[in-house]
Amino acid sequence: MKNGALVFLAALIALGGSWVGFVLAPTLQLGGEKQTVVLNGTDVYPIQRTGDATVGLQVYRANGCANCHTEQVRQDGFACEVTLTAAGKNPTVVSNLIASLKLDGLTHEQAEALSDKITAAGGKSETRLVATGGDIDRGWGIRQSVAADYLYDYPVQLGILRAGPDLANIGFRHPDMKWQLQHLYAPKSVSAHSSMPPFRYLFEVRKVADSGPSADALDLPKEFAPAEGSEVVPTEAARQLAAYLLSLRANVPLYEAPFTPVTTAKP
Amino acid sequence: MNSANPISVAKIDASCRVPLLALFIGASVALIAGLTLALVAAMSFHAPALFASCPIFTYGRVAPAANDLLLYGFCVPAGLGILLWIFARLSRAELALPIVSVVAAHLWHLGVFIGTVGILVGDSTGFTWLEYPRAAAVLLFTGFFLVALTAMATFGARSERELYPSHWFLLAALVWFPWIYSTANLFLLAWRVRGGAQPVIDWWFTNNMVYVWLALVGVGTAFYFLPKLAGRPLHGRFFTLFAFWTLILFGTWCGIPHGAPVPAWLPSVSFLASTLFIIPVIAIAIIAAKTAYGSGVVCKGGPLCYIEFGTASFVLSGLLLIASACPDMSRILSFTWFGFGQFQLQLLGFFGMIAFGGVYYILPRIMGQPLPFPGFVRFHIWLCWAGIILFVIPLLIGGVLQGLANYNPTAALMMLRVSSMGLVLLLLGSLLFFVNIFVMALRWNLALIKTVIAAVKAPLEEAEVKP
Repeated sequence: MKNGALVFLAALIALGGSWVGFVLAPTLQLGGEKQTVVLNGTDVYPIQRTGDATVGLQVYRANGCANCHTEQVRQDGFACEVTLTAAGKNPTVVSNLIASLKLDGLTHEQAEALSDKITAAGGKSETRLVATGGDIDRGWGIRQSVAADYLYDYPVQLGILRAGPDLANIGFRHPDMKWQLQHLYAPKSVSAHSSMPPFRYLFEVRKVADSGPSADALDLPKEFAPAEGSEVVPTEAARQLAAYLLSLRANVPLYEAPFTPVTTAKP
Repeated sequence: MNSANPISVAKIDASCRVPLLALFIGASVALIAGLTLALVAAMSFHAPALFASCPIFTYGRVAPAANDLLLYGFCVPAGLGILLWIFARLSRAELALPIVSVVAAHLWHLGVFIGTVGILVGDSTGFTWLEYPRAAAVLLFTGFFLVALTAMATFGARSERELYPSHWFLLAALVWFPWIYSTANLFLLAWRVRGGAQPVIDWWFTNNMVYVWLALVGVGTAFYFLPKLAGRPLHGRFFTLFAFWTLILFGTWCGIPHGAPVPAWLPSVSFLASTLFIIPVIAIAIIAAKTAYGSGVVCKGGPLCYIEFGTASFVLSGLLLIASACPDMSRILSFTWFGFGQFQLQLLGFFGMIAFGGVYYILPRIMGQPLPFPGFVRFHIWLCWAGIILFVIPLLIGGVLQGLANYNPTAALMMLRVSSMGLVLLLLGSLLFFVNIFVMALRWNLALIKTVIAAVKAPLEEAEVKP
């Protein structure tokens, strides 16, 4: 290769191509993203975090939680589910019919045929769209995560490893602040097989004041509780982290991640 | 030797001495620190509550600090030192601006130190493989830029106009690191792009750093040493150009995982690129095999063993990358220890081994004396073989088990514990590596001091003595 400059130039173009494709294009496509509207609704999504939860993301970052926890739910596809909403005039026929049929995990065509059968028998049904996949079966979310879920996050903590469970919907799965704090202080006290390190440095163990125990003190089971006369109180950082965890809920249908919310189906 | 430029090889080597020592000592210290921290991180799987009251050693801080020490602290400076020496040798010229690269080496090590401390005290940026806070990133960028400057000045002084294949790989590496590192830091830390674009840029950087940059330097180095040590010319110049081209053309587009919460075209393009990545991997395997095998040279635990093992690891790690990018496999393997094992194979099994081989070859030459403990080199390779196999294979198996068990955290626990033993062996090996470099530097420093003392103590010449 006498022409060193040519090799150099060609290499520069080859390298630069990926920069245009994976840096410039996504920045242009996603960098200008705005709030969207919930599917079939009027609410805007996502809502920006406030107060403690915003600072909590920084506690999450500083302690490298994303090294063991992801914040993204994956999805393989969709399925339809048929729910009976009214049994009609002939309830025994309808209930016999539905007892003999599979009602979930259907394709769209199968769901239509099933709902036709129920209608023919005199009942009324509703067809729901549900997301499917390993993460969803495991109860980590209702739908896949999409770019819109992270609109206001900085830094976005998608995570690389699931040494622990996914947290994309932890605020929805465990909405209790006390549970979150106790889990941070002594993971094994709420989940016996947990391999998570306890984050005791986010808590303060102190003597119970003469005026009585603090309202914030954790209500721990005996084997995890400190010595008699002491109490465990969360620090500011622990409370912020828990507030952030509670704010993690990606549970509304969006245009790019649709599903039929359960609330509409009331038999 | 070129008759037009009668500079001796010994003189070229000696010109590299101070900058390379600065780079290699820092690299070997970072290697020890990185493996030690990796071991501290692994302790969390033996006793989760061990560091419950000690934020500095919590897994989430120690693990990224260890990874970054191995990549930025060890791989990059060791690679840069080897690169400078190869450039000087190929140019048949003394290393240009040696003082600049000495300063650069210290800036780089300082950046790594500040970055590591930053992560440990909770000042990590939160972006995978880019955890170093801004101040450290600026130091790393400046350090690299100055090394690149020295390398380019040496390259410009070459007497042989025609480029050797290693030149392509190493020149591309010199351009690519400042490009990707500044892009990632500017977009993520300075301009703070919005939401979903952040992980895309992070994945792009990670892939280009770990799979493209390390490949450029590692393969470039292997293509220099393999022919030299095997005593045969590099197989097929145009074939090598083809391998180089396809490596940067396809390798740079890998890295966006299947099912990522980003517009669907991104993972699709990445999947296509990873499939095509098989072309450069196989091409490089063929070139290396045709150059080294059948030459009749037996490595006997010397540098050639390291380079061969490293090249084989590169091929294996590339195949794992391709396999894990395919959607069916990715559904099981992503977010598991498999990915971590794959990174470690790339960092230590491939790049680390090539760097060891290179350093063991270069060190006696630049110092002008044999290694103080040549036996350590032969022992070190055994520790590397056993260590990498014991460290990486359980992680890969553990990842598969974890994926099949639907991310049950206990599924991979036993494998993780086994892999810590591999880490111990690697740590022992890194101590041997350090001792060789350190004793050599110490002897050289003592000799320097002796020369100075001798010069001071020398009896004055008669002419200078006042009558």
